[in-house]
Amino acid sequence: MSNKFAYVRTEMAQAMPPPVTQTGVVGWMRKNLFSDIPNTIMTLLAFAFLVWTVPTLYNFLIGNAIFVAEDGTPCRAPEAGACWAYVIDRFDFYIYGFYPESEYWRPNLVFVVAAALITHLLWPELPFKGISAIAFFVGLPIFAVILLNGGSFGLPQVTTEKWGGLMLTLIIASVGIVVSLPLGVVLALGRRSHMPFVKYVSIAFIELWRAVPLITVLFMASVMLPLFLPEGTTIDKILRALVGVALFQTAYMAEVVRGGLQALPKGQYEAAHALGLNYFKSMYFIILPQALKHVIPGIVNSFISLFKDTSLVSIVGLFDLLGTVQATSALVEWKAPHQATTGYLFAAAVFWIFCFGMSRYSIYMERRLDTGHKE
Amino acid sequence: MAKSQEQLQQSRSLSSLIYDPKFRSYAFQILLLLVLVGFGWWIVQNTIVNLQAQNKTTGFDFLGVTSGFDIGFSLIEYSRSSTYLDVFIVGILNTLLVAVTGIVLATMLGFVLGVARLSSNWIIARMATIYIEVIRNIPLLLQLFFWYFAVLKSMPSVRDSLEVISGAVFLNNRGLYFPDPNPNDAFLWVQIAVVLVLIGGFFLQRWSVRRLEQTGERFPYIPVFIGLLIVVPAIVWFISGAGLDVSYPERNRFNFQGGIQLPPEFVALLFGLVIYTAAFIAEIVRAGIVSVNKGQTEAAQSLGLKDNDRLNLVVIPQAMRVIVPPLTSQYLNLTKNSSLAVAIGYPDIVNVFMGTALNQSGKAVEVIFMTMAVYLTLSLLTSVIMNIYNARIALTER
Repeated sequence: MSNKFAYVRTEMAQAMPPPVTQTGVVGWMRKNLFSDIPNTIMTLLAFAFLVWTVPTLYNFLIGNAIFVAEDGTPCRAPEAGACWAYVIDRFDFYIYGFYPESEYWRPNLVFVVAAALITHLLWPELPFKGISAIAFFVGLPIFAVILLNGGSFGLPQVTTEKWGGLMLTLIIASVGIVVSLPLGVVLALGRRSHMPFVKYVSIAFIELWRAVPLITVLFMASVMLPLFLPEGTTIDKILRALVGVALFQTAYMAEVVRGGLQALPKGQYEAAHALGLNYFKSMYFIILPQALKHVIPGIVNSFISLFKDTSLVSIVGLFDLLGTVQATSALVEWKAPHQATTGYLFAAAVFWIFCFGMSRYSIYMERRLDTGHKE
Repeated sequence: MAKSQEQLQQSRSLSSLIYDPKFRSYAFQILLLLVLVGFGWWIVQNTIVNLQAQNKTTGFDFLGVTSGFDIGFSLIEYSRSSTYLDVFIVGILNTLLVAVTGIVLATMLGFVLGVARLSSNWIIARMATIYIEVIRNIPLLLQLFFWYFAVLKSMPSVRDSLEVISGAVFLNNRGLYFPDPNPNDAFLWVQIAVVLVLIGGFFLQRWSVRRLEQTGERFPYIPVFIGLLIVVPAIVWFISGAGLDVSYPERNRFNFQGGIQLPPEFVALLFGLVIYTAAFIAEIVRAGIVSVNKGQTEAAQSLGLKDNDRLNLVVIPQAMRVIVPPLTSQYLNLTKNSSLAVAIGYPDIVNVFMGTALNQSGKAVEVIFMTMAVYLTLSLLTSVIMNIYNARIALTER
């Protein structure tokens, strides 16, 4: 029976491999680069652009760049690229500003403690968040002021005029977040309050600061704060900038938190009421934990803009990272043609690493928090 | 006995007052009002005392006083003998100029980049991604410094200017030069014709939609509109004898003559703002396009809509609903960011008014108040317009 027809196959033929044009590198290129004529033209143009820019960039950044030099002479050579030697020479200034070299361990220690606390706070799996939150929002600022400013515990005083560089950038950004997060929560709750006066005061405060550019706030803080305080009070330059940044950031933070509050279904509020919790208890135990968790990405994003915005304090005469780079960009000792560009590239790289890292974290949290039943 | 009952009643009414939410809310609001008023009064008092100590007067009289300083770039007549009020106006106009130009250019670049990032072409999508991720994560001020100090200041001098377009557009360390069209008086008629055609086009579009809805017949309104836009002004041009007296920038020994010169500060600021904001707009556009469910496209296809109709009637309206609100806030951000002009010396309102005028007149309170009022007005105006637009395009649920 089975062998009656000799020409019928008894077993399956071996599957043919897919055509070469559909698989592997060739198939991928056909699909993603040369699928039709407009795509091919765009691909070729893009390649031409890359061929034109990448070698130039490589030569400027690495190939012809000067990494080691005693002074600006090698950087002044006509074919020389980026003058990294100059950045290396000024590195300490870019990181610590005018902070005395013998005391560098103090900012370093603060950096390490702050980094450890932040890592603990941001790592979702780790327990005991409450302790590190208190340490970060209350303990760290006190610790940082005592250590950085000195003048007690046998530490020599380092006045704030000497603070600068990346250290100042990080200080301003951290103060911004430490102050703005709790105040932002209060304002966001105020904006959703049923008491009309509280509500409109909150709205007015938030919208006023959000409507004006940060630079006007900084100008205002540096010109008007001394006028607002009782006669004879002097207020530190850095403190003025900090007040401006904190006010500004609080308004933005309030809007982020409000987003989280609005996203909570009404049932959560009603359930909290039904349990007999009063306003503060229902906010603390039911509403805020959920709302804040949902807006972690938003908080991080607003922190990224704050971090970039700290560079504006260089306009009101502080030496943050960008301020130090700008201050040395025309340094006569080096006088290299690409000196300014190299400095900007260094500052850009530092800012980029911080901001890109934070934005990755925010995307990661968004994925983690997305429990799949959106809307 | 009676006394103790009275006491009891009194204490009960007191405790019920404390537990009465209405009373508590009033009490809290009054308390807040008192605190705020007290704080405000304290600040005003301190300011008055401080100003008296510095022998300064308050008031807006200084606006009529001659400013006595020059402004490098101005859209209206301005000289050293103009008043502080003129400085204020020059500043506002310069801010608006860079903001409006920047918004137009950033929108174009941003839409191109946003679409490019979603392109099926791998290399184009990658390049757009790299652009966006690099630009977004570097402070705008740093980018402005780069464009101004590192790029434009190291441009060749007048003698070896770069010819961007041969004989017409030049770039050197004093700015960007391009031809000035210098229209003659009759050119006004051409402009009027363009405006009329634009208004006509608006009604034509409404008419064609109504006709389509009533009869199902299509009117090729876009080609007709473009045709009218070219033909009508052209006819008016010839009839009215309008003409352009183009003045090209010409190089003499030390500088260019003729044409329009844009100062390097303006060029750097515009570059920085456009490149920075475009990266954010691109992300918004991408999010908008991605947000339109694939099922919508498929449903439109199964209804038999043509490709164009599918895009115009189904995909774009839904994407715009997601794009417009954040796009507006980017426009506002660009306007606010234009205040960084102060760092590179473009005479915007913060630079000339909050900077120079404040320092010279010493009227800190008034000047800062006026400058903030300008930005507040701009942002309130924008949000009012946006809310109207949003209400129009919002989802109508039936």
